[in-house]
Amino acid sequence: MSELKSGSNLEKVLKAGHFAFTGECGPPKGANVEHLKEKFSFLKGNVDAVNVTDNQTAVVRMSSWAASAMMVQSGLEPNYQMVCRDRNRLAMMSDILGAYSLGIRNMLCLSGDHQKFGNHPQSKNVYDIDSIQLIAMVKKMRDEGKFLNDEAIDVAPKMFIGAAANPFADPAEYRVIRMANKIEAGADFIQTQCIYNMEKFREFMKRAVDMGLHEKAYILAGVTPMKSVGMAKYMASSVPGMEVPESLIKRLQGAGKGKATEEGVKFAIEQIQEFKEMKGVAGVHLMAIEWEHKVPELAERAGMLPRPKVD
Amino acid sequence: MIVADRKPINEILWMVGDCKKILVLGCKGCVTVCNAGGMKEVGILASILKIARKKEGNPIEVEEKTLERQCDPEYVEQLRDTYKNYDAVVSMACGVGPQFLSAAYPDQKFFPAVNTTFFGGAVAHGIWSERCAGCGTCIIHYFDGMCPIARCSKSIQHGPCGGSSKGKCEIAPDVDCIWDMIVRKKTEQGRLDDLLMVRAAKDWRTSAHGGPRKSIREELTK
Ligand code: SF4
Ligand code: SF4
Repeated sequence: MSELKSGSNLEKVLKAGHFAFTGECGPPKGANVEHLKEKFSFLKGNVDAVNVTDNQTAVVRMSSWAASAMMVQSGLEPNYQMVCRDRNRLAMMSDILGAYSLGIRNMLCLSGDHQKFGNHPQSKNVYDIDSIQLIAMVKKMRDEGKFLNDEAIDVAPKMFIGAAANPFADPAEYRVIRMANKIEAGADFIQTQCIYNMEKFREFMKRAVDMGLHEKAYILAGVTPMKSVGMAKYMASSVPGMEVPESLIKRLQGAGKGKATEEGVKFAIEQIQEFKEMKGVAGVHLMAIEWEHKVPELAERAGMLPRPKVD
Repeated sequence: MIVADRKPINEILWMVGDCKKILVLGCKGCVTVCNAGGMKEVGILASILKIARKKEGNPIEVEEKTLERQCDPEYVEQLRDTYKNYDAVVSMACGVGPQFLSAAYPDQKFFPAVNTTFFGGAVAHGIWSERCAGCGTCIIHYFDGMCPIARCSKSIQHGPCGGSSKGKCEIAPDVDCIWDMIVRKKTEQGRLDDLLMVRAAKDWRTSAHGGPRKSIREELTK
């Protein structure tokens, strides 16, 4: 990791050895720019980069590149998400060129939730390439200056390439290997699924460190504060590949009436403290979707402020 | 084989419309094996249609016939002398049948009585399951004979995705995650390394995405 690959703020922060802090922002279900900009204001200065989701859970929203570009204009750094569900390789490559031209420098490559979960379950799914092939394609565009078909690109897009890892999906033993596969394909950084089972995540990280993966890519641990007992129960039972231990649900219940939210925040802050010390973890990815206004408080209480400035 | 399911009766009645005399035409190929459009199902459909129309006070005459195969001009030819005797022909073959019929007899109407669903086989009595999507470039030797193109909901070549849970696919608890099976088999056989490579993007030209396909066997065309 000698010279900069993309020059993004996130890359600089990580390369300088700081403990990174990324946030997340879902574009509106419409063209409500005002609301989007309001969300930006909570994130600005409190995180190093912000993931901009791409039709998350297969629900139609403002395009992630457009929302990312608005973020750039607002002086906030986006981490532009792209899923394989909605576009073929032509559309992907052209969107990557467009995004780069608009000042976007980080990209997160994902498979995407199946459209069955979303609001247009009747649609065709694309999956021309998968997330690992997308990572390899963005890397090829950046490092070789070539399209997937080997034709030369006239000014190559230089993206800092991210990928997701879910330590809690099955088969459990395979999860570190799949992350290695993504790093092998070209991922510069990894953001994990939100973590609630710390025991299992410690094991996951230990294996990753044993394999030396933390030296090949920056691994950011995913955190989503639980807002209520209901949310914890829903995530435990209805979100595929999510693991919420019974002990956490009990802890939230035990907090008493009206206090579960604060208990959820406390748990998230304890997690962040542990991640700061955990070998191989290079930062935290805070997914506080529709809770952006809480980010300043969370950042403050987790001791993540002020964010480093690296030139 | 090609698997199909019979369409709802109301849809078939709607297609048949006001016809007074029709032929229900079965096929002894795949649809006989999957109990959707063989001789037996032809008989059942013919009776249901007759009863329904009688109830409406608009009786219909229905004849029954089952060809050896409807995807072969040689057998389709067997209707040459009789096809004009009907107002329409309802084919119980897969989607190929009505098309061979309408090409052979442009002046007759052909309606599909089944929904053609997939290439697969029976996994238990009365249960069929998809196995192949006819992508035109088979790659299942990399995956121990299991096809992620047809059997993974996202057709990914590097799986399982983050939605795989307890051997099931994220789309529904009754759908197996084929990638879970692939990884388990590779693990049991100590060949997990096979999955570590980054596979090139698939060339979809040989699949339906490359346009309608044709298979030409030179030695047979002479
Ligand atoms: S790889 Fe293609 S040809 Fe082979 S089983 Fe799967 S869909 Fe069919
Ligand atoms: S859960 Fe398994 S079968 Fe379903 S989309 Fe993911 S990898 Fe494919």
